[in-house]
Amino acid sequence: MPKQSPAPDWQDLALGTAITEPGSSRYQRTGDWHSSAPVWDLDKCIKCGVCAVFCPEGCIAMRADGYPEADMEYCKGCAICVCECWAACIAMVEEKE
Amino acid sequence: MAERKGMEVSIAIAEAASACDVDCIAAYPITPQTHVVEHLSEIVADGDLDAEFIPVESEHAAMSCCCGCAAAGARTFTATASQGLALMHEILFIAANLRLPMVMVVANRSLSGPISIWNDHSDVMTERDVGWIQVFAENGQEAVDLVIMGHRMSEDKRILLPLMVNFDGFILSHMVEPIEMPTREEVKRFLPDYEPQQRLDIDNPITMGPVGMPVVYTEAKMAAEWAVRDAYKPMVEIMGEFEKEFGRKYKPVETYRTDDSEILFVVMGGISETAMTWVDKVRDAGVKVGLVRFRMWRPLPVEDFKKAIAGVKVLGVLDRHFSPGGPGGPMAQEIKYMLYGQDHAPKIVETVVGLGGRDVNFIDFDQIFDRCKAVLGGAPVPPFELIQVRGGHYGKA
Repeated sequence: MPKQSPAPDWQDLALGTAITEPGSSRYQRTGDWHSSAPVWDLDKCIKCGVCAVFCPEGCIAMRADGYPEADMEYCKGCAICVCECWAACIAMVEEKE
Repeated sequence: MAERKGMEVSIAIAEAASACDVDCIAAYPITPQTHVVEHLSEIVADGDLDAEFIPVESEHAAMSCCCGCAAAGARTFTATASQGLALMHEILFIAANLRLPMVMVVANRSLSGPISIWNDHSDVMTERDVGWIQVFAENGQEAVDLVIMGHRMSEDKRILLPLMVNFDGFILSHMVEPIEMPTREEVKRFLPDYEPQQRLDIDNPITMGPVGMPVVYTEAKMAAEWAVRDAYKPMVEIMGEFEKEFGRKYKPVETYRTDDSEILFVVMGGISETAMTWVDKVRDAGVKVGLVRFRMWRPLPVEDFKKAIAGVKVLGVLDRHFSPGGPGGPMAQEIKYMLYGQDHAPKIVETVVGLGGRDVNFIDFDQIFDRCKAVLGGAPVPPFELIQVRGGHYGKA
């Protein structure tokens, strides 16, 4: 877990706002500004993995059952997977919350 | 006690930096540079100082190099002036916000438009917001002392900020003055070896200067604000220790013959020396007038200033720079900030003098004093005025 809160008080910042823990960028969740999410129609999905290959964020992984799934903590909602899907089984669904 | 010798002030500053045993100097070698780094490059080339002298392609690169040197944990020094300081502008913020200790000497000179190489404060006054410690010398000895104190302050674990020593270009930088130059041994007693608090080190990797997302930028700026404010106390302490070691006393705000004065002049830099001589002259004629000078400019010594001017009726402020179409000179603006809303605040007669190397003589002080006397006698406070201009600030009379 991150040693430093992503939203520290100013008194808790390292000197000169330095990052003192190497590799801490893995704690940064970068997908918080997407406004829509890819939703797969698994009846049509052929488990080819093209969506995962083309995802510019590398945030689509193939599940144990062979179907793809996006990690919404990193997905930016760009819809490239929708464009690339051979089976046209992905739709972008607007997130209301 | 060290011997007193006649030296050009720029050369003396270079000798002082050398006595501080600096590790790295990065500087751009031609106009608007002074002899400070020229002489330092000689000292290094002669083998009298074991330091890296990095001649760079611009002042932007000079300050960037200095940031790298300081980040690596080296005692870092540079010098610049006018356009050079302006070219460093964006990196100055980075040096301060990354908390990189270093000392930079600025020979205050005017900025171009029209081209000028002479003295005023337009270079430094446009860099007030960069987050550096800023101090002003009014003669060569003070410049030397502030370079030595500057390294100690900048590297103090309670401060850890870059520090700018300002001294007037030409009027001081090219002047030969009697200087008491501390020896390297004496300086070493006062200024111990530099132990960085945080530095680039492959065994303990850190990231300096990362992106500050909106979630953290405000907090980073707050930290920068308190870094400069909190520097005040240790700086005063170090001035005290300097006095113990070398016998010369420094204060954040200096006063001269302020006793019973109803009118005080406020000045900064080399003009103070002329002003003191003028004060002596008019005091001898029975006129009660004194002088207040800012030694420390960032952090702004608010309480010291208020104490220095307590009970005074009129302040004559002599700025060396102004903001066209704006609120006048920077020193007057900041004095108003310090005094606004305060009961019995003195009235402020704002003037701008000595732009682009124009001499400031007794006749100018006399003129400003006449304006102050009129205000003391009940005349309305005039708007800020560039008093030495042919044609009159507000048109021909």
